[in-house]
Amino acid sequence: MLAYLIRRLFAAAVMLVVIVMVVFGIFFLVPKWAGVDIASSFVGKQADPAAVEAVRQKLGLSDPIYSQVWEFFKGIFAGRTYSGGGDVTHCAAPCFGYSFRSEQAVWPVLTDRFPVTLGLALGAAVLWLVFGVAAGVLSALKRGTIWDRGAMVVALSGVSLPIYFTGMLSLAIFTFGLHWINAQYVPLDQSVSGWFGGMIMPWITLAFLYAAMYARITRATMLEILGEDYIRTARAKGLKEQVVIGKHAMRSTMTPILTMLGMDLGALIGGAILTESTFNLPGLGRAVLDAIKNQDLPIILGVTLITSLAVLIANLVVDVLYAVIDPRVRLS
Amino acid sequence: MTELSKSGAVAEPVKDSPAPSAFLEVRDLKVHFPTDDGLVKSVDGLSFQLEKGKTLGIVGESGSGKSVTSLGIMGLHTAGQYGKRKAQISGEIWLNGTELLSADPDYVRKLRGREMAMIFQDPLSALHPYYTIGQQIVEAYRIHHNVDKKTAKRRAVEMLDRVGIPQPDKRVDSYPHEFSGGMRQRAMIAMSLVNNPELLIADEPTTALDVTVQAQILDLMRDLQKEFGSAVIIITHDLGVVAELADDILVMYGGRCIERGPAEKVFYEPRHPYTWGLLGSMPRLDREQTERLIPVKGSPPSLINLPSGCAFNPRCPYADVPKDNVTRTVRPELTEVGGRHWAACHMTQEQRERIWIEEIAPKL
Repeated sequence: MLAYLIRRLFAAAVMLVVIVMVVFGIFFLVPKWAGVDIASSFVGKQADPAAVEAVRQKLGLSDPIYSQVWEFFKGIFAGRTYSGGGDVTHCAAPCFGYSFRSEQAVWPVLTDRFPVTLGLALGAAVLWLVFGVAAGVLSALKRGTIWDRGAMVVALSGVSLPIYFTGMLSLAIFTFGLHWINAQYVPLDQSVSGWFGGMIMPWITLAFLYAAMYARITRATMLEILGEDYIRTARAKGLKEQVVIGKHAMRSTMTPILTMLGMDLGALIGGAILTESTFNLPGLGRAVLDAIKNQDLPIILGVTLITSLAVLIANLVVDVLYAVIDPRVRLS
Repeated sequence: MTELSKSGAVAEPVKDSPAPSAFLEVRDLKVHFPTDDGLVKSVDGLSFQLEKGKTLGIVGESGSGKSVTSLGIMGLHTAGQYGKRKAQISGEIWLNGTELLSADPDYVRKLRGREMAMIFQDPLSALHPYYTIGQQIVEAYRIHHNVDKKTAKRRAVEMLDRVGIPQPDKRVDSYPHEFSGGMRQRAMIAMSLVNNPELLIADEPTTALDVTVQAQILDLMRDLQKEFGSAVIIITHDLGVVAELADDILVMYGGRCIERGPAEKVFYEPRHPYTWGLLGSMPRLDREQTERLIPVKGSPPSLINLPSGCAFNPRCPYADVPKDNVTRTVRPELTEVGGRHWAACHMTQEQRERIWIEEIAPKL
């Protein structure tokens, strides 16, 4: 088990280095090949040539690519000092880059936005797991009945309706129509109930989409597992049906659900762009959307890195949980 | 009313008698499954009796209703049936004086594992891959015994030891995938015997195992039956297996019994052409290697549309022996052909005896 864990951790670390290099390549090499001046895009299109030249010096854009990558890596652990054009810009460790356009380091932006997205993703995950899995199990157990059909129609509409539709609809009804919910984001440390009130609609909207997918996969898996021989064995032992389903069948059904959860959570933590912009939540998704609008490349780079890190960590956690659930995984 | 055997396992079904004296008595059992294509009559009127300490072998090809019968006795067609399509079961199953089909399902559930237990064909898929062998045996024991986990685990180790698993105190913590096929089946047997059931149903217990292990498992089952004194139903398509274990044999075809009787009778004086076919297609070590096996021609009948008359008639080489095309119009009933020996065939006793002695027996 420990060896398995160490192997997975090592693989994750290697993966992270590769990701940083690829991301670096995308943001620094591709524009270079395309003949686009990176320095001017970092400063803004209408910047004066002196400022552009300063940024070029600060980032060492004239240096070979490997030294640029090295400086970037070093910055993450040791911080970085940009100097050029007569002034000096400090970026404390961990330095994930500096936005010369909005004149701020990237890391504080990430740490500022991250809790919002994390809260959104985790809250929604709890909702969709509870309701999605429950609906899937019920629909499997009542296969072919009106309950099954009904649940699957709801699930299908959940998968098909985009977030900006369900989100807008709920905003139109509950906030602007009925005035029940004040859809304003309030940080958790300011007011717990305010935070909850601001998050409840984004949670439900996001969870509706995912719950639908989870209900479908749970139903399919549960139906398959219920046909397994070991489920028949469990019944032949004289176990109560609740135990057969709740213990023996659920344990196996959890495996694919867990895999999906790992990937979905990882991707969501990188920013639920649609949900965040629909409900105007100041999360990573909003940050990257604004950055794209402003061509603020360092922010995009930082968010991309955080996203990959989140996916990696989520997958690592899933792999470890996998080994906990399925003893056969521990061997290989 | 015909004779009721006290010693043997098979006797003529006694209808309208509410208090059977046999330990297990199945009367006119029917198990039908509604499907899109029609009603699948997997078991269609099966009756037999079984006494404690005796072994009944149920023999037949795939789809003859062997496994469906065993699951029916265990009540596993109704437990865990979800959705609209439910198995339709009728008839009577008397176990130790209680009729199971009309009994409260929760009562039958409590009998499962304690009074009647089952061994399945493929022990790898029949054991839960995520729980250790020990956990699964402990669970089986604790459903029916109010003991703590430690006591139950001691019992599990004891059972693993009894079925011949080396280092049982260590192997109890292994997962099914860490066991070999034979060891897994031993563990499965240990699990089914943990509550000393009075009825043990083994559904093709050796089919998934390799030949050298098969004999060991059969020996083990014989020893355990002697020790525990339970009634055993062994379901197989392998006549060699029943030859080793069974006191009585019931041959199924198309969801019905076509011949049953004491093992030596069914083996040495079979009275149904299908049984002849089974015997002819059985590989035997005492036969010349150059001789070919004689297969039963054709394929098993559709259980939705059984051939009219005798279900075996399309495959029977002797279908035209009885007069007036009767094999294709009238379903033959089981008739006594000797002491405690029944067969369902339209041919006369004399015709069957003559064909057996002149045509079949010399080739076997």
